[in-house]
Amino acid sequence: MSHHIVEVKNLSHIYPDGTAALFDVSFRITHGESVAIIGANGAGKSTLLLHLNGCLSATSGEIRIGDTRLTAGTLPDIRRTVGMVFQDPDDQLFMPTVFEDVAFGPCNLGLSGMDVEQRVSDALERVGAAHLREKPPYHLSGGEKKRVAIATVLSMMPDILVMDEPTSGLDPFARRQLIGLMRDFQHTRIITSHDLDMVYEVCDRTIILKRGMVAADGSTGDLFENGELLKECQLERPLSLQGCPECAARIRSCGTAKC
Amino acid sequence: MASLQQAVLDLKNLDLLANGNSPIHRLDARAKVLVSFVFIICVVSCDRYEVAALFPFCVFPVVMISLSDLPPLFIIRKIALICPFVLAVGILNPVFDREILMQLGPLGISGGWMSFASILIRSTLTVGTACILVGVTGFTAVCQALERLGVPQIFAVQLLFLYRYIFVLTEESDRASRSRALRSCGKSGKGIRSFGSLTGHLLLRTWQRAERIHIAMLSRGFRGEFRSPKTSRFGTPDLVFVLGWTVYFAIIRSFDIPRSIGALLTGGGL
Amino acid sequence: MHMADALLSPTVGVALWGASAGTIAYCSQKVSTEMDSGKVPLMGVLGAFIFAAQMINFTIPVTGSSGHLGGGLILTILLGPYAAFLTIASVLVVQALFFADGGLLALGCNIFNLGFFPAFIAYPLIYKKIIGREPTSAKITAASIVAAVIGLQMGAFGVVLETVFSGISALPFLTFVAMMQPIHLAIGIVEGVVTAAVVSFVYKARPEIIQSTLELSPMGSHPMRNILLAFLVMAMLMGGFVSRFASKNPDGLEWSITKVTGKVGMKGPEQGLHATLTALQEKIALLPDYSFRKNSELRKEESKPEAAQPFQKTEAKKTEDQKNLAGTSVAGLVGGTMTLGIAFLIGFALKRRRLPQRIVLS
Repeated sequence: MSHHIVEVKNLSHIYPDGTAALFDVSFRITHGESVAIIGANGAGKSTLLLHLNGCLSATSGEIRIGDTRLTAGTLPDIRRTVGMVFQDPDDQLFMPTVFEDVAFGPCNLGLSGMDVEQRVSDALERVGAAHLREKPPYHLSGGEKKRVAIATVLSMMPDILVMDEPTSGLDPFARRQLIGLMRDFQHTRIITSHDLDMVYEVCDRTIILKRGMVAADGSTGDLFENGELLKECQLERPLSLQGCPECAARIRSCGTAKC
Repeated sequence: MASLQQAVLDLKNLDLLANGNSPIHRLDARAKVLVSFVFIICVVSCDRYEVAALFPFCVFPVVMISLSDLPPLFIIRKIALICPFVLAVGILNPVFDREILMQLGPLGISGGWMSFASILIRSTLTVGTACILVGVTGFTAVCQALERLGVPQIFAVQLLFLYRYIFVLTEESDRASRSRALRSCGKSGKGIRSFGSLTGHLLLRTWQRAERIHIAMLSRGFRGEFRSPKTSRFGTPDLVFVLGWTVYFAIIRSFDIPRSIGALLTGGGL
Repeated sequence: MHMADALLSPTVGVALWGASAGTIAYCSQKVSTEMDSGKVPLMGVLGAFIFAAQMINFTIPVTGSSGHLGGGLILTILLGPYAAFLTIASVLVVQALFFADGGLLALGCNIFNLGFFPAFIAYPLIYKKIIGREPTSAKITAASIVAAVIGLQMGAFGVVLETVFSGISALPFLTFVAMMQPIHLAIGIVEGVVTAAVVSFVYKARPEIIQSTLELSPMGSHPMRNILLAFLVMAMLMGGFVSRFASKNPDGLEWSITKVTGKVGMKGPEQGLHATLTALQEKIALLPDYSFRKNSELRKEESKPEAAQPFQKTEAKKTEDQKNLAGTSVAGLVGGTMTLGIAFLIGFALKRRRLPQRIVLS
């Protein structure tokens, strides 16, 4: 199962217009981990994500997915391994119906007939969207779109799931559903978000980016306790940790808000 | 296109109609595309003074609407919206063509009026058929049918993409123009300068969206070729549908049935 | 601006369908071989943008009416001719199907009028020439306006020619020209100004977009000639096919005309074929008399350029038409009304039969 490992070594990226977006970023994520990448606007989160499946190529440094180094030659394999869910589901759902959209990936993998059918059904089942199968994407609500967008990636059976701002723009109910969904995944998960409450619930480990550099990397609970650090990185403690007597009591008793 | 919002709404409605489940809906899209096309060719090929001979063609839209449970009013409203261009050009026919072609008692009807009536009926029939085709098939299925009938894939895909993002982008531009209207207090601010930058911004955002979509496609293994997961069959009902209507159109196109019926009734010779 | 089904004869309609289809096939091939998979979503989204941009209006000075962005030229400036042609065509397909702009048969004409001229004439021969190698805001403005005006004038003239050759409308050629061209001069100037405003904005914000398209397809004489050739060949093939289909054995009137003009020999070679097909074609002729007459008149017109407009009938023909129609149309009208009644009865009957079914189903 070594291919579930994501390793980023000394990654730097400078945009063509000269803006340095990432500088000497290194981390290693192992099988089954659930990792949040957080940071202020413009800290380089999205740029980092786009490197993970080769949509952007590094100015220097390297990325390994499992045993494979990300190069132009290994790109198709890497893209099969790393499933990417984008922030705006309208960018991701471009096919005429939900079914065809979820089938888009498997079809590109060269599957056909029953195999595609099976994958689509499974993926839609997992996100609880089986009833939306024949609908066109523009008839879906925001939460439905998000879930279908995740299904389009799940149908490719990736080993690593990368999600950009999964909870943005969702109502509380849809957000709650999505959090449940993300916690159920067995994949390695890499999530960027400003929704730190969600991060606190879903991710055990957090990497904080600050102006293109790794400012901190450690257990979510520890980092969120460190008010100084958060403030320095233009972040804030999640609401659930902000002096709510009940949560505080829970944290005191068992070390995390989750129990 | 002042009523573009309305038009986009209609677009959605028409698309929802296509989700119906009737014998017509269940037919293969290719069959419906072919029949519609034959129909249109037959209608427009009628002589320009022809009015009565066009009536048997009404059977097709009427049957399609009844069998597929499309709301007739919706279709009629769409037809009523057709471009004033036809009227504008057609209305001049009676002016230029004053030759009396028909005597109804004391009333002489000129060729211009006949051809004007003919133009109106034609556009009703052809535009109505296009509407019905989309209503019973759905735009997506029409595009896929076109692809399987030989339209280049890139063009079929282009149609699908266009259709998909009409909804996204019209919403976006609606928001943008509303926010401008709110801040421009009536007239000022609606000039070409603010128009240029507003539309320009929309264009750049659109461009970025295209880049994001491209990334999303690449992430899911896109390599320039679309593979469709669906395969529909062109079965016996489809064949019967195509042949039946084609034969009917051929018959009413080559024999003037109303004239025969009329001759029978009025006792006049053919 | 849009050509309409109702004004179009099948010969003209199908000929331009063929031509537009040929151009679409040619452009599809060009775009596919470019191997830029990013073009696919870009074309789609920019097509949708044309719809969206039309929701943003601005007030035209002096007149106080409102204008919005037209499609053809700006798409060509952004995408280059081939991809732009496909995008314009797709926009027109959606308009034909949903907004009832024109109709399906007229689609070929509309794609030609609104796509071909801006993409393959106005852009390469006017816009690019004015812009040269180094675009500036002033050059972009001038080039957009001139190219938009000329492109639209050509498009409007296309509508006139198609209508006149179809002969459904009785509008004389010159009247129609006098009506269409000035209106489209005004529309063209507005479209040019709007296009210039948007393109200048984009050029300031992201010059590489405008620049890269300029460099993208060096439209030398070769591709241009290819596309024109492909287009003409398709148009002639389709037009020829249809008019052959439409032609009938010359009737008495035709004979008298040929006697008068003394050009019997003209139809000589076709006689054998016609004779054998007459009986069959009388019954199955898809296309009515007038298209044949028009064609024969057209052929005559070629030899006699000063001849009357093709849709203006000779006196003899008019009386013939009159005789024909006056005798039959009363009967036709009575029968027609009955047919119409029968059609709607069928509709009601079908509806009735389906309604109980639906209740059972639900």
